[in-house]
Amino acid sequence: MTAADASGTAGSANADADRARRAVAAVWRIESARIVATLARFTGDVGQAEDLAQEALVEALRQWPAEGVPHNPGAWLTTVAKRRAIDGWRRRERLDERYAAMARDLEQQGAEASDTFWDPETIDDDVLRLVFVSCHPVLSREAQIALTLRIVGGLTSEEIARAFLVPTATIQQRIVRAKKTLAAANVPFAVPEPAEYGERLASVLHVIYLIFNEGYLPASGGEWVRADVSAEALRLARVVAGLMPREPEAQSLVALMEFTAARFRARTAGDGSAIPLDQQDRSRWDRAQIARGQAALARADRVGRGRAAYGLQAAIAGCHAVAPTAGDTDWAQIVVLYEALGRIAPSPVVELNRAVAVAMATGPASALRLVDELVAAGRLAGYPALPAVRGELLARLGRSDEARAELETAARLTGNEREREALLAKVAKLSG
Amino acid sequence: MKYMLIMRSNDAAVEAYEQLDFTEVIAAMGAYNEELMKAGVLLAGEGLTDAKEGFVVDFDQTPPVVTDGPYGETKELFNGFWIIQAQSPEEAAEWAKRCPLGPGAKLEVRRVTELEDFPQDNEWIQKEAGWRDELEGKVG
Repeated sequence: MTAADASGTAGSANADADRARRAVAAVWRIESARIVATLARFTGDVGQAEDLAQEALVEALRQWPAEGVPHNPGAWLTTVAKRRAIDGWRRRERLDERYAAMARDLEQQGAEASDTFWDPETIDDDVLRLVFVSCHPVLSREAQIALTLRIVGGLTSEEIARAFLVPTATIQQRIVRAKKTLAAANVPFAVPEPAEYGERLASVLHVIYLIFNEGYLPASGGEWVRADVSAEALRLARVVAGLMPREPEAQSLVALMEFTAARFRARTAGDGSAIPLDQQDRSRWDRAQIARGQAALARADRVGRGRAAYGLQAAIAGCHAVAPTAGDTDWAQIVVLYEALGRIAPSPVVELNRAVAVAMATGPASALRLVDELVAAGRLAGYPALPAVRGELLARLGRSDEARAELETAARLTGNEREREALLAKVAKLSG
Repeated sequence: MKYMLIMRSNDAAVEAYEQLDFTEVIAAMGAYNEELMKAGVLLAGEGLTDAKEGFVVDFDQTPPVVTDGPYGETKELFNGFWIIQAQSPEEAAEWAKRCPLGPGAKLEVRRVTELEDFPQDNEWIQKEAGWRDELEGKVG
């Protein structure tokens, strides 16, 4: 064999190993939540369950490339992880009799589980517990995000790090600390009590929405990576909505994200700068995704408990999604939706959006009154959209001098170069 | 990324399929679809009616000729599809492997093109995006 042959063989061996590694990663992504959830049911400790699952994954990486992917890879990984748990406990048998009792128990359950699939009676409940524990309030928001992507989403630390543009070690530390925090706080592997359920659910949905927005906000990273983050968040939202079909806000979050993601490919110009909604080329919106959003919002509405914050935002996004042009949008409906949203989730940004909708629905004079109230309250000081909207309204009312001053202020405040150019162009037009 | 799983069966598989208990087939496919939905990856999917109901528009001649099935040399018939969201071809393959199909059946796995796969400054690409959405807007 020549040197060239040898290197060729090594190359194809590397390619085989890489293929095997990718196959293991694919299985892990599909199965990890169920594996960790099943293990956590036994150990009561999500962090420990995740460690055991990771050990099983290492074992898979050692065995599968040579022996092939087993017929039921999820069950294989779970069984290996359970054996690890039993071995670990056995080693400590003399130290604590409780571990021995647990090991005997696990041995029986482990043997049963080896040739059965996920127990349909319990697996969804276990995954739901996992979702709630990953977003537990003892964890920082950053830790909740990292843990959710890792444990529920099945992403590696490298993938999470790439998504959030931080070093891999940072994510690894975040996850290690999160597991320690959960153990230290003795967080039970359980869904929240009724009294705290609403707040805990809101936290879960908020974490998923933050992950989604991470991909949506223009950032310095490669565009495809960012779109991937949002796609993963959407997948997680669908998983959670599937686990709680009777929670309208979970369905509504899916709807909001589908409508928003449908506009992704129309939202940036060739130079990467953001294009505002009213100037987007709507022929580039993803109609199939809009249809999925409508289906999700319909599911939320069918529950019959009305629309809360995500439901109202989804309905607003839905109005935009079906409008052929900005001018043809059902602005009157959007005004009503913003009014409702402003009552249940008061925010000056919502008020400003409502003012924009009022201007489109009934004209600039009534909208200006709303904006002036916001200016008087002083709660959006330094926010470029406030003078931008006010300037636009003044321009439409023919108050050109005041309009110019507001638009110049907005141009000074904005960090977006394209937006600045658009604002200054309006100033120039008013001067001409 | 989006992948299409395209179900194709040969005559033997179609015959074998007809021998199966229909409720069992429905149950197995239903469970598979539910699995895809629970994982949040199912974006679309449809099954097709009997190939005998179909017909072919053949472009070998100009103008194209419409012929009833069966479809000439075709060894495998296209019976349905799923579109799933997956991070890698391996993940799409892993989902495809779980589909409850038997001998004679195949799932062809193809990545769905995104607009980004085409040169964006091409005016025909831009026009096509517009037409497609107009059409879908009218249909939907």
